[in-house]
Amino acid sequence: MTAPQAASRVLLDGAGPDHDAHLARYGVCPRPRLDHLLATLAHSGLVGRGGAGFPTAMKLRAVAAGSRKPVVVGNAMESEPLSSKDAVLLARNPHLVLDGLEILAQALHTRRTVLAVGPEVDPASAMAAAGTRGLQVVPLAGGFTAGQESALVNQLEGRLGVPRDPFTRVTERGVDGRPTLVLNAETLAQLALLVRYGAPWFRSVGTDDAPGRSLFTISGSVERPGVVEAAGGSRLVDVVAPAVPVRPAAVLVGGYHGGWVPASHLTVRLSAVDLAAFRTTVGAGVLHVLDDATCPVEFAADVTAYLAEESTGQCGPCLNGLPHLATNLRRLATGVRDPSLPSEIARMSALVTGRGACAHPDGSARFVASTLDVFRSHVAAHLDGYCPSSQRREAS
Amino acid sequence: MTARLHIDWTRCDGHGSCAELLPELLAVDDFGFPLSRDGERDPAVADRHRQAARHAVRSCPVMALRLYDAVG
Amino acid sequence: MSSTGMDEALWALGRGTGVVALVMFTVSLVLGIAARSGRPLPGLGRFGTSDLHRTAALTGAGLVALHVTSLLFDPYAQLRVVDFALPFLASYRPVWVGLGTLAVDVLLVVTAVSVLRQRVGPRVFRVVHWATYVLWPAALLHALGSGSDAGSSWFRVVAVVCVVAVVGALAWRLAPSYAGRGWTRHPRRTA
Repeated sequence: MTAPQAASRVLLDGAGPDHDAHLARYGVCPRPRLDHLLATLAHSGLVGRGGAGFPTAMKLRAVAAGSRKPVVVGNAMESEPLSSKDAVLLARNPHLVLDGLEILAQALHTRRTVLAVGPEVDPASAMAAAGTRGLQVVPLAGGFTAGQESALVNQLEGRLGVPRDPFTRVTERGVDGRPTLVLNAETLAQLALLVRYGAPWFRSVGTDDAPGRSLFTISGSVERPGVVEAAGGSRLVDVVAPAVPVRPAAVLVGGYHGGWVPASHLTVRLSAVDLAAFRTTVGAGVLHVLDDATCPVEFAADVTAYLAEESTGQCGPCLNGLPHLATNLRRLATGVRDPSLPSEIARMSALVTGRGACAHPDGSARFVASTLDVFRSHVAAHLDGYCPSSQRREAS
Repeated sequence: MTARLHIDWTRCDGHGSCAELLPELLAVDDFGFPLSRDGERDPAVADRHRQAARHAVRSCPVMALRLYDAVG
Repeated sequence: MSSTGMDEALWALGRGTGVVALVMFTVSLVLGIAARSGRPLPGLGRFGTSDLHRTAALTGAGLVALHVTSLLFDPYAQLRVVDFALPFLASYRPVWVGLGTLAVDVLLVVTAVSVLRQRVGPRVFRVVHWATYVLWPAALLHALGSGSDAGSSWFRVVAVVCVVAVVGALAWRLAPSYAGRGWTRHPRRTA
């Protein structure tokens, strides 16, 4: 099959649940051997598209090194509220995701292969596609942390979907005590394309440090919200342009655990290296546009209240620290003129970081820190007794 | 190889024996939970603290502590 | 020493170790509640409270082993080996002695699980540890019913002190102020 051209939408222009149409478009699902698969993945530089951005080849190698037959889990939990890329991908191109699972299943001789689907994802298309191929689609309970690897493993074992102590990685011991490979649905689709068309094809799009294509979910103050497909390392302004942003003040990159890029810097490239200056990563590709009439502090207060509620409550620092952050941000947002608020928020952000079983407190602290940093003058205005956004609202 | 103290946060209930036995390594935060003084997730345990660290592991009522050897 | 002298010595040892074991378990129970509270005891700290709780329990267990052994060889007690495993089969005061046997059985399980707690995990350890609330009353009732000192005034004093201590500790355990290990914080949700 001839490889698709650079400009085409390879991930989103799928054949839907019709397997014959899928085969006509992409050809038969390849069956590479493990060593060939590892080499292809390593050469491609594919990293996970679920948020953590971990090199897929490394994960696969870790799981393959185990002594027991492994388990492969496709992660379509879509736990990030601002993200809908996995739902859209599964609706439009379910067979590509399932191809990814099948490729891994036969290369690893897995004991069990499942696609885990969260409540925000309509499983119909995936189930219809999976049924014809004998693959298992499992709908699971949701929540912000439900898509975390070990939380997913817990749910698959019939337990409460809360994260485990990371001392033992799931790649070592996961579902039924077996080495478990958890990959995001988009990562699986990317893998399926990679194996067909090769690593050079994959790397022909994007940049050296952000090779290949990615899916992005654009939301917020835009005329046309939705999921787009763009080359890795593209400029933020170019990726959001088709969505037509309205009076953008800043863009939240990476979702509720991400960081802000102010309007003055929208030419930043969406790659880990370039985004590091804004203390965020691409994450799961969420790009949320904030307009200048929306108060960023109030937005942050709402988000942090949600994040506090989504704490599973296992770990003391997170369970107690996040509500503390949420309360203080709310005070700041509602105009409490306490000059110690920013430093107290910074102190609590540092206190919760690194002190939990998962990255929930760390990500939440990162988002809060970014808000206070990027919107420093806005915060100062609040402490002086006025909100620049509400002034703009009244003026218009 | 550095000896490190791992806290299982899914078990820790902020009892506080560990911080009492290893005051140079652990402080206590606003809510009673152990706080690593060296800023690392799993604080390094020097040889002179090893015995106290083992005592802390034994003393934790919910077995949230583990002493292990890490690379670096 | 004459055989009756030996018998009396064994009997005295049996009684003595039994009473002291009861006191040890009382101390252990009260210190266990103190340890669970997360509050430091003056001079001991939190870890000291845990250590002492454990030492008292193990001392009690050791004394029970002596108690059981001396009574096995004491002809006055008329106890067979089976009476130390299965309760209520003794010919001498079967119900009261049986409670002692029950207490020993529970003690064996609790001690084994406690020693192996790193292997069995915190959940199993905690559930089995609740059995100490069966162990202590069984031991007390056994002492009151089958012990030959039960009527004597000094033993009554000991028993009353033990009961007051445990009742007091239990009342504290059940009070709302006990929770949170002394900190103002959200209660954790354990999986």
